[in-house]
Amino acid sequence: MHRGKGMKFVGDSRVPAENRMPNIPKDYSEYPGKTEPFWPNFLLREWMVGAVFLVGYLCLTVAHPAPLERVADPTDSGYIPLPDWYFLFLYQLLKYTYASGDYTVIGAVVIPGIAFGALLLAPWLDRGPERRPVKRPIATGLMLLAVASIIFLTWESVATHDWEKAAQQGAIVDDVEVDESAEAYAIYQSQQSCIGCHGGDMLGGAAAPSVFQSDYSKEEVMEIIVNGVPDKGMPAGQFAGTDEELEILAEFIANDGQVPAGE
Amino acid sequence: MLQKIYDWVDERLDITPMWRDIADHEVPEHVNPAHHFSAFVYCFGGLTFFVVVIQILSGMFLTMYYVPDIINAYESVYFLQHEVTHGVIVRGMHHWGASLVIVMMFLHTLRVFFTGSYKKPRELNWVVGVLIFFVMLGLGFTGYLLPWDMKAYFATVVGLEIAESAPVIGGFAKALLAGGEIIGAQTLTRFFAIHVFFLPGALLGLLGAHFYMIRKQGISGPL
Repeated sequence: MHRGKGMKFVGDSRVPAENRMPNIPKDYSEYPGKTEPFWPNFLLREWMVGAVFLVGYLCLTVAHPAPLERVADPTDSGYIPLPDWYFLFLYQLLKYTYASGDYTVIGAVVIPGIAFGALLLAPWLDRGPERRPVKRPIATGLMLLAVASIIFLTWESVATHDWEKAAQQGAIVDDVEVDESAEAYAIYQSQQSCIGCHGGDMLGGAAAPSVFQSDYSKEEVMEIIVNGVPDKGMPAGQFAGTDEELEILAEFIANDGQVPAGE
Repeated sequence: MLQKIYDWVDERLDITPMWRDIADHEVPEHVNPAHHFSAFVYCFGGLTFFVVVIQILSGMFLTMYYVPDIINAYESVYFLQHEVTHGVIVRGMHHWGASLVIVMMFLHTLRVFFTGSYKKPRELNWVVGVLIFFVMLGLGFTGYLLPWDMKAYFATVVGLEIAESAPVIGGFAKALLAGGEIIGAQTLTRFFAIHVFFLPGALLGLLGAHFYMIRKQGISGPL
């Protein structure tokens, strides 16, 4: 950089007034062999990789919306907690005998502390000049062991978790208010086979869920009452009322326990 | 017109050397997947940054609706998910982006480790990178609580119990994070502040240092 007497500056700043650097890229001859300029050649390639990545990312987002369970209820002590998947290996570690109970400190602090501490200090633990993985077997071996442990622990954690129960315990439960003065409610009460499984309040019992659980249309509800759902254990032909009563009941169920407006 | 604006700014601030330095640096053959397909492993760091940018942008949009208090937090996320136009996409991108950052960062770490790129003179950049890793895990942990649903709440309860089990500083660390004895209103606002202000601030600083060092030292040579 030019310095010294005779320099002129822009106003009272330290920006030189003359001999500004021309805004032209370096000549391509300055990139020997297969070396490329970052702009625009390599950045264009990076953007293409980024675009492909983004397409996959958006497909994932559209195919699987972010999950949301029911609102937090701190009094529900029966809930089995689970952290996000990338913490599972740390969580699983705490389930082994010598890393839990009286030894929690080992599983919660000592082992992760050593592992992450070693990761942080890797440049000083592996000081040799060799860079090839095969030429530094201890470093490579330890890292492979760490990766294998993380994969194994995550796998164990996923395999031992009861995913069906987890989905059930967190599911959003609709607050259904059943209109007990409705004609359809009386029809339901007269059907012993319905009450037997779905309960006297229509909100589910030991053998079957609430009749309002899924958002079926009136026609679908009628179809289910008549034909049952054999896959899930609901028998066909249990309804003993008239076709008209069936229709009233189905409409009531499809409308989440309320008499449809306008009647 | 654009040229005149550029010249006007350049005359006053002398910006050409700065941006020409970024634009004109050389990308060596051994990191260019166009020449060696196996060099795609050098993309992981850039893709991590790409997802981070998406996380920052989607997070900014999420805060337009999100309310960090225990009465409204869940309701606002529910509203965002079910009522707001494209809310499900924005929240979905932030949700999946959190996982993708971890995945891409993990792969980037392995690439740097197995190419021995953390060795002299790049020790400091490795340390900064591992610190970024820790910040990301912190962002994942604090962000998990914010929807205030069942899994969020109880994962945080367990997480803070684990923090509490640390000797000496455990109790202090838990009280600092939870904002008291119980995990409740104070915890949520604290996690929100940590997730939206403290950790992103630290992250931007560390990323700046990371990129400055890469630019200064250049990428590590071929094996």
